[in-house]
Amino acid sequence: MHAVKLQPQTSSPAKPHRLMIGIDDLSLVFDTNDGPVHALSHINLDIHQGDFVSFIGPSGCGKTTLLRVIADLEQQTSGTIHVGGTSPQDARMNRLYGYVFQAPALFPWRTIASNCALPMEISAQPKSHRQAQIDKYLKMVGLQDFKHKFPWQLSGGMQQRASIARALCLEPELLLMDEPFGALDEITRDHLNMELLKIWKATGKTLVFVTHSIPEAVLLSTHIVVMSPRPGRIIKVIESPLPRDKTLGLRDSEAFHALAAEIRQALASDHQID
Amino acid sequence: MKPQLKSLTQTQGFAVLTLVLGILVIWYIAALLMNGNQMINMLERTGQSWTYTQVLQGAYSIQRPPLPVPHQVAMELYQSVLNQAVTSRRSLVYHSMITLESTLLGFALGSLLGILIAVGIVHNRTLDASLMPWVIASQTVPILAIAPIVVVVLGSMNLTGVLPKAMISMYLSFFPVVIGMVKGLRSSDKLHSELMMTYNASRQQFFWKLRWFSAQPYLFASLKIAISAALVGAIVAELPTGAQGGLGARLLSGSYYGQTVQIWAALVMSALLGWALITLVGMAERLVLRRRGLTR
Repeated sequence: MHAVKLQPQTSSPAKPHRLMIGIDDLSLVFDTNDGPVHALSHINLDIHQGDFVSFIGPSGCGKTTLLRVIADLEQQTSGTIHVGGTSPQDARMNRLYGYVFQAPALFPWRTIASNCALPMEISAQPKSHRQAQIDKYLKMVGLQDFKHKFPWQLSGGMQQRASIARALCLEPELLLMDEPFGALDEITRDHLNMELLKIWKATGKTLVFVTHSIPEAVLLSTHIVVMSPRPGRIIKVIESPLPRDKTLGLRDSEAFHALAAEIRQALASDHQID
Repeated sequence: MKPQLKSLTQTQGFAVLTLVLGILVIWYIAALLMNGNQMINMLERTGQSWTYTQVLQGAYSIQRPPLPVPHQVAMELYQSVLNQAVTSRRSLVYHSMITLESTLLGFALGSLLGILIAVGIVHNRTLDASLMPWVIASQTVPILAIAPIVVVVLGSMNLTGVLPKAMISMYLSFFPVVIGMVKGLRSSDKLHSELMMTYNASRQQFFWKLRWFSAQPYLFASLKIAISAALVGAIVAELPTGAQGGLGARLLSGSYYGQTVQIWAALVMSALLGWALITLVGMAERLVLRRRGLTR
């Protein structure tokens, strides 16, 4: 029942990576009053260790649902999925992943430090270790001076950073993020995107990231999974030609625009507005 | 904004003042009509002729008026609160303390019972289906019918004094706590619950780290109702049980001997006691919720 400790990844990206998530012909049908809804249809996807994978698509394309299936918050109707070599349920039980929701989901009755301590309290880690982890990761997200504040005393961007620190405190191998910056203004978002890239580079984690922003997907990802609704499915997986070391300036480059255009085309090829 | 706010509170204060004055005027007029009639009857019975000044004077000063006027009640309160030793049976403070004792004991027992039942209902589907109807049914039985039974049954078990009264208080006060706590324990944010799931939290961790805290605002709302119900329970319990002390006993003896002023004084005292108790719970609420960062 112990959290899987992350081995700092020093290997070069060229080395073949272990398969982190394997999804094979997975479908998920919700039964609703208006009849069955095909949230996910015949999904095939491999995500390797150290990848930064973005799911992008219009609302209703199943990108969040797919993330929730990986996290064992939803169960597929058919097909198979492996997370870290086990079932999603075992991965969840072993606290293999950290999940960052669209909203910060901080407990209002706990301070920022105490919110970060929550997952470590639950996994019964010693107090001294908890303190060290909280200090380390609150510093990483730039909130070391706000340890003893309550969530409502922080701005939305700071709250979301606190929720990322909370997810990092358990040092999960896999970080699942559901539009974590969706509700933030663009300046805060740019800043947090760079912070996230820094954390990703520093820790070598596998990141799965849901977004509906094309520039965000291009800026962050090594792989971009383009999805489409009704039924929710993958229409294209694009491997980014951009370097792993990214800066905000990259957004003005040719390669950036070409990749953004490729995503836009993929989305348009299957476009329906309603 | 500020001057507007100020004028608003001023208008509000004015409205309240007008209302109070209106009630006082109606009260004095009603007393004149009701007590005046009795005064006239009294004077006529003795065969005297009467004047309106006599009636007017008598209506506001007779010993056992059908409707005592506020200044009579105030005088009685002053006499029985400040001019008596608190250990005297004539002191309203003495009687209030007796009622307060069983109120607080009943409130504590009732809150504890209510929380336990709520936890059971929330965690066990069988309890939810089987217990809830009984909890609701318990409150449809008139408390005045239950009280003597409880006292007799407990008396046969040699349990007398404060305990039977506290039982009645408990009986009335556990109900709002059950209802509020069940609602509160089920009120956890869905996102927070899913977060706990991703940590693979146990049932106990779910309870102590999430549900217990999200239930607290509901718990305090229930406790305010519960403590006033406990006070009503304690007073009602003192009525049919032949209690020698307590606000209920004071009300009863007042009605036995037609001491209407005494009844009204006890009534005002119990209202003040209820107000003080609810205020105390409210203060505890603010203190706890602020320390937990739940209010700003």
